[in-house]
Amino acid sequence: MTQLKTLAPYDFPSSDAVDNYAGRQLLYINWERHRMFSRPFVLALPPETLFGEIIDTHMTDCFSYHPDWAQIDWSAVQWLNGSRPVVLDRNKSLADNGIGHKDLIRFITPGLDGIAGSGY
Amino acid sequence: MDMKVAKKLGLKERYTMMTRDLAWDTTFQPMDKVFPQVGYEGIKIHDWDKWEDPFRLTMDAYWKYQAEKERKLYAILDAFNQNNGHLSVTDARYINVLKLFLGSTPPLELMAARGFSMVARQMVGAGPRVACMMQSVDEYRHFQTQIHSISNYNRFYNGLDEFAHQQSRMWYLSDGKSFFDDAITAGPFEFMVAIGFAFEYVLTNILFVPFISGAAYNGDMAAMTVGFSAQSDEARHMTLGLECIKFMLEQDPDNLPIVQRWIDKWTWRGTRKLASVGMMMDYMLPKRIMSFKEAWEIYFEQNGTALFTDLARYGIKVPKCFEQTIEEKEHITHQSWIGFYMKPDATPFHTWMPQPEELDWLSEKYPNTFDKYYRPVYEYWIEQEKAGNRFNNKTQPMNCQVCVSTIKFNEPGDPMEMCFRETEYKGEKFHFCSDHCKEIFEDEPEKYVQTFISSHAALQGKCEPEGTDVNAHDYRPGARMHAYWRMDKRASGDFNGSEDQKNFAKWRAQATRN
Repeated sequence: MTQLKTLAPYDFPSSDAVDNYAGRQLLYINWERHRMFSRPFVLALPPETLFGEIIDTHMTDCFSYHPDWAQIDWSAVQWLNGSRPVVLDRNKSLADNGIGHKDLIRFITPGLDGIAGSGY
Repeated sequence: MDMKVAKKLGLKERYTMMTRDLAWDTTFQPMDKVFPQVGYEGIKIHDWDKWEDPFRLTMDAYWKYQAEKERKLYAILDAFNQNNGHLSVTDARYINVLKLFLGSTPPLELMAARGFSMVARQMVGAGPRVACMMQSVDEYRHFQTQIHSISNYNRFYNGLDEFAHQQSRMWYLSDGKSFFDDAITAGPFEFMVAIGFAFEYVLTNILFVPFISGAAYNGDMAAMTVGFSAQSDEARHMTLGLECIKFMLEQDPDNLPIVQRWIDKWTWRGTRKLASVGMMMDYMLPKRIMSFKEAWEIYFEQNGTALFTDLARYGIKVPKCFEQTIEEKEHITHQSWIGFYMKPDATPFHTWMPQPEELDWLSEKYPNTFDKYYRPVYEYWIEQEKAGNRFNNKTQPMNCQVCVSTIKFNEPGDPMEMCFRETEYKGEKFHFCSDHCKEIFEDEPEKYVQTFISSHAALQGKCEPEGTDVNAHDYRPGARMHAYWRMDKRASGDFNGSEDQKNFAKWRAQATRN
């Protein structure tokens, strides 16, 4: 229950409601145990964007700096939406993969734990 | 004829006449309409006269003391300038501490000045009103002296000139701005807990160690004097914050849970804000004073434990986040430096990889964590830099909805895993860096749905420099962030090869040989 106390009616819109993104939605991406990238990155994309396109352009642009990137066995990659395991199809769109506004997609690359296994 | 000489007033009488005796209860309007804000937060005050004035300082004496401090301060600043004092600092890397500290702090001092003058207007008792008014003037003074300190360096080095523009726009300044925006939009009592108690009392030493001692250790007499001049005010501020806590707790038992929630909230928010201060201590001071971990142990764990033991008689418990901060002291400065190092184009100060002896210092100071988690990636980056492949990440960050830090901290108990928390409110998802930030959101979601997150605003097209054609066929929201931030290219990038580095070496050489 809210603890908010005010002297007057208090009702303001969310700064990041999906309507503010002109037909696009926010998507966060994180590579687990590769903390060299410090934090997830954010994109604004139309929901019809193919998931494969995100891997091939945005994720590759960001993560290929890491020597583990070239080692990834994509058939073994595990995906999470927040903390929930999900199956994602690179040939389907964000919407068809069930990815909504402000979802956080995390991927685990088994056997790859960053530089010298440090998680970075 | 004998003259009757009135007896000179004692300090206490004088104080009473100059403060409490000047106050009155209103009669044309009821007091609760004149002071509407003191009631709505739920804090119950029965007798404002019970407020103990912790320092009996009258306004006339205040001006006298402060004027004396200013005279001393500006004499030293002048001497520093006339002697090219900027060339006596240990290493040009040090100047980046000033860029980060003095680039982010003055606007926050100004917010504190505004906040205390608002609280001064709202408090019913004359004692707290006068004390808050003085603190407001102090904060304004700190704002001014820090800007004067910036201007001494701004003539010689890059990246110091747009701090005011960048304050409400730039990604890494959003955490401090959010901290003060949150405090100033709360009621007067919560503001006092936020700034007067949590920030000024519990955390202020951590803030001043890297700044004042760091300046002294690194030969910067100007910044050191600015710091000392401010710190003599801080003692008064700390006393005011603590007195306000005790006053609320003594007035009514119903105040306890409210005050406890605020202490939990603001100690955590302050801790998050200090991650970048700790990073200055461990990474940015060429000559280090102590590690952030050591400072945390002395100033937070030991002093904080003593403070909360003292407050236990009122029923106050140590802040909920206490244990988590103890675990995090081994990590947060490294995690912060990694976050800044990887974005060399996105700050108006330089970053760099530690030198070999600095890596060893970090190993020694952080025996449980540094070699295991952080040294390998640094050594990798050092090699990459040598090969001409300095890390430069181009992506935009994900931030915590409450503290607005980038989400970069580890899951408690597992330094290899990132900590994520999320919740849903009115059908929209919100993300947090920690359980504590999530709880703060859930207590007042109506407030935090409005958080300004720079990367999100940019993707909405709200961060465009003047003259951007949003109808152009190749328009991409957020593509011109550097222009929007007014980033000076000379001020960004790695320290190695920077104009500051070259100029400092050249000017110092001119001082020592023909």
